[in-house]
Amino acid sequence: MALARRGGIGRYYDVNGWLFVAPALGLIALFMVYPIVWSLWMSFQSGRGMMMKFAGFSNIVRLWNDPVFIKALTNTMTYFVVQVPIMILLALILASLLNNPRLVGRAFFRTAIFLPCVTSLVAYSVLFKGMFAFGGIVNSTLQAIGIIASPIPWQTHPFWAKALVIIAITWRWTGYNMIFYLAALQNIDRSIYEVARIDGVPAWARFTHITIPLLKPVILFTTVISTIGTLQLFDEVYNLTEGKGGPSNATLTLSLYIYNLTFRFMPNFGYAATVSYVIVVLVALLAFLQFFLARERDR
Amino acid sequence: MRNNPANIASAVLTYGFVGLMAFLSIFPFIWMAFGATNSSIDIIKGRLLPGEALATNIANFFTLVNVPLVFWNSAKVTIFATVLTLAVSSLAGYGFEIFRSRHRERLYRAMLLTLMIPFAALMIPLFIMMGKMDLINTHIAVVLPTIGSAFIVFYFRQCTKAFPSELRDAAKVDGLKEWQIFLYIYVPVMRSTYAAAFIIVFMTAWNNYLWPLIVLQSNETKTITLVISSLASAYYPDYGVVMVGTILATLPTLTVFFFMQRQFVQGMLGSVK
Repeated sequence: MALARRGGIGRYYDVNGWLFVAPALGLIALFMVYPIVWSLWMSFQSGRGMMMKFAGFSNIVRLWNDPVFIKALTNTMTYFVVQVPIMILLALILASLLNNPRLVGRAFFRTAIFLPCVTSLVAYSVLFKGMFAFGGIVNSTLQAIGIIASPIPWQTHPFWAKALVIIAITWRWTGYNMIFYLAALQNIDRSIYEVARIDGVPAWARFTHITIPLLKPVILFTTVISTIGTLQLFDEVYNLTEGKGGPSNATLTLSLYIYNLTFRFMPNFGYAATVSYVIVVLVALLAFLQFFLARERDR
Repeated sequence: MRNNPANIASAVLTYGFVGLMAFLSIFPFIWMAFGATNSSIDIIKGRLLPGEALATNIANFFTLVNVPLVFWNSAKVTIFATVLTLAVSSLAGYGFEIFRSRHRERLYRAMLLTLMIPFAALMIPLFIMMGKMDLINTHIAVVLPTIGSAFIVFYFRQCTKAFPSELRDAAKVDGLKEWQIFLYIYVPVMRSTYAAAFIIVFMTAWNNYLWPLIVLQSNETKTITLVISSLASAYYPDYGVVMVGTILATLPTLTVFFFMQRQFVQGMLGSVK
């Protein structure tokens, strides 16, 4: 044993172990860890382009007085607060309906609802932009069935523009979340549901008292994933609004603002890095909060 | 008992709701397919019938876009990203699981934390780095930062837990070296893991947008996602052309989905087991 530890097996294990993991760790260190530390450093600097000098906390002060940043932050939080719960609830309902083995055509329904996941974010944004044009198919259909009297200005009104982004993301990701719940539901013994049904527990109560508690770990996981995704929203808004986040910044997200600050306006890397750290902090805080809440409720 | 009014009502509700959701999920695809056959004006008006403009749209798409070049660019980026990510990540996933040590366990946990890093916080430093290495406007710059993926390493490690240790022991008795065990035993045995991971990486690489948008600036290097985006954001976009482009861009992922549906779902579910 002592021999093994000094030279032989322990050392052999170590050399091999390091050789196998080194390429991945090296790349992650170089292209994730090093840049994230660098952008923290950058957020304390200011200046145009590469001409940067130390600026202390002036970027953080500037955040506070920047109405566009406040707007981007509010929009991003609005997407997060409105969209994530709608999508998760919808995905849960669909999963529990499709989990019923007596449902005819469930394989078809499952595939159909999952299908949006194969599209690229750019492709579906472009499709949605066309479908939700002022005189487009969505407005004309809604008018034809009498839900609305006059066409909705999906792309020119601040409220509806945000609604369009939320509808689009929900279309793209509900099936994705549903797949997680369906996989988790397969591990639940169906007889629990049968017993509850025979005891006269109504469907809605079975959903809230059996399905949701049992799926809690998966719901937590998907919520965290969706949170990270929503806070980074970029492709959809960029492609629905020609990169502007309009009308008048009503759909602008933090990521799009960072992109504009860096690559569209006079580049100010320091300030853009500060805005990007707002996302870092938000992701960390919200992920922590969600884990914390889940643990609290367990007690 | 099964046919009482309440049961019928709930069945109608269930099928109605699920059916509506399925329809809404598929509808944009139908719209896209019809769109490709119609003129731009008809598409925007929402015409839902096959038209006669398919040949014109395709011809316009081919005149506006250097299609072989664009697809070659996308294919190149995707193939390199996929092969390199799978190689690097499976090595690491195997390494972390088979050769355990306290230090590596710590590094592994630290690595998982990088999953929470938003790309927006990386793009400026990465852009400056690529500029310093003189890689702006190259496909190397697109692929390089995506190869080290904590998520795929995690996925491989989770799946390696199911790799039978007897196989390793037997191979060692036969005198195989560690790299031989990995290459000749682990890789073939873990085929389905590779298939699922392939789908995740393939999808991400083929559909990647923000980073290529920053790094690829000339028309000669642009990938299909960038081309579609710029076609659609023209002042007067020709939607017929856009539809043809969207279909062509979606076809590869759609094909992979239909031929490898099981692995596709497996890949999406990742390691939540």
